[in-house]
Amino acid sequence: VSGPVRPDPTDRDDVQFWAALQNGTLSIQQCASCATLRHPPRPQCARCGATRHEWRPVSGAGEVWSFTVIYPPTLPAFADRTPYNAVVVRLDEGVFLVSNLVECPMHELAVGLRVEVVLTRAVAGADTDDDLVLPLFRRV
Amino acid sequence: MTGAAVAGIGQTRYAKNLGRSEVDLAVEAIRAACADAGLPVRAIDGVVSYHIEQVAEVTLQTTLGIPELRFMARTPSGGGGAASLIGLAAIAIGSGTAQCVVAFRARNRSKAASYGTDPNQGGRPWAKSGNKLRDVRQYQHPFGVASPAQEMALIARRHMHVYGTRAEHFGMQAVAQRKHASQNPDAIMREAITLDDWAASRPIADPIRLFDCSLENDGATAVVITSLERARDLAQPAVSVLSQVQYGAPIHTELSTFFATTAAFGERDSGAITAGRRLFDTAGVTSADVDVAMIVDPFTCVVPLALEQYGFCAMGEGGPFIESGATRWPDGALPVNTHGGSNGEAFVHGVNHLPEAVRQLRGTACNQVAGAQIVFVCGAISDPSGAVLLGADR
Repeated sequence: VSGPVRPDPTDRDDVQFWAALQNGTLSIQQCASCATLRHPPRPQCARCGATRHEWRPVSGAGEVWSFTVIYPPTLPAFADRTPYNAVVVRLDEGVFLVSNLVECPMHELAVGLRVEVVLTRAVAGADTDDDLVLPLFRRV
Repeated sequence: MTGAAVAGIGQTRYAKNLGRSEVDLAVEAIRAACADAGLPVRAIDGVVSYHIEQVAEVTLQTTLGIPELRFMARTPSGGGGAASLIGLAAIAIGSGTAQCVVAFRARNRSKAASYGTDPNQGGRPWAKSGNKLRDVRQYQHPFGVASPAQEMALIARRHMHVYGTRAEHFGMQAVAQRKHASQNPDAIMREAITLDDWAASRPIADPIRLFDCSLENDGATAVVITSLERARDLAQPAVSVLSQVQYGAPIHTELSTFFATTAAFGERDSGAITAGRRLFDTAGVTSADVDVAMIVDPFTCVVPLALEQYGFCAMGEGGPFIESGATRWPDGALPVNTHGGSNGEAFVHGVNHLPEAVRQLRGTACNQVAGAQIVFVCGAISDPSGAVLLGADR
């Protein structure tokens, strides 16, 4: 397998997450009953049991919860980029996202860095004109 | 006491590229386990395995000539279920559903075979997932996070931040296990390493280095479980299943949920913490009574996490516990993975840790802990998992 890896969601909730990014918004699924956020999208709120949900645009501000620097072997689409960082970001709203930190030298990676989302047009699909928009992060 | 006992153990040679199918390997290991127990293969009436196992129950039944298969069950995820295999078998024995259950794992997925596209065939994660992602991988792969090492690195780094654990602590466990392996004739890695060797091994996903990682190899392992009463009349000293637990928990392949709902350590309660209390309470023993621990170790960084969550040391003390030498045979207070573990003996998704637990209680291990009476075994802690306590029947 080579070439870009991209979401190709069939689940209706996953579709919503990526579509919002295409439209310029990082939105997280939110329970319509108790307002708890959840990610990845799910058909039910694990806290209160409600199934109705909304999509809530979030600030995109957060902190680096953890990080790594990745060396080969890795995904063929990322082989040319090694070593590259990956992070888990905790959004201020309490949701965790796996992502990458842009414009950050390896030696400055740290847990607790304040970050903000950068919606980044990453790759065009192999069989579609749609660009993939990824929620990457940068230091603030 | 569950009323069940491990009566026999068996394994193939562990090596890269054995050039044999997984069925072939499974049959050899199961036959060896039955021979060890002194039971005919046809006595098997239950089979337990991982949900990722490629050898089907029906294949074993027809190949081995099992007249009646009364119990079949699989555990979720891979190495998380290693101890749970014995747990499942004990449930089947204890309920009277089956009399003689074999638990096994067979792998043919070393380098030459590891690029297959079968979803459960092993190999590189990206070789299996394709470019278009429809499951939870769509929230990690587009960011270049796809392998267990990369995922576990993010968990290990958080542990380091919270508790001051150092990458060298993982390295020290790697060194300890390679030392154990160097004295194990069945181990793939027979050369001991130093901490300098570990530090010089190439980085895979910081803080994880190559020598922290499980091996890629072929091989199969099997254990036979019967009632304790029956095991006492068989060929080997019976090894009693004192207690068993399973627990559901988020997995490293879904880090958003992993960090949100439980953690691999005590920032929030985790499945292992409460399950561990159940495990010891049921057996009527404490962690201080354990003589040897088998901790399924896809990467050495899970060892301190397991030691902490199962209560062998305080939260955050897993690294210093390793540094103190506690996990080293023969002098450590709690020798861990005395066969060499997944980075030393072999990677059979942790099922190769089960025979070693049994050998310790029979008194036949190559790195024997003198007078071992109770052995703790747990599956990989970053998965839905479980644990068992095994005891010598004397």
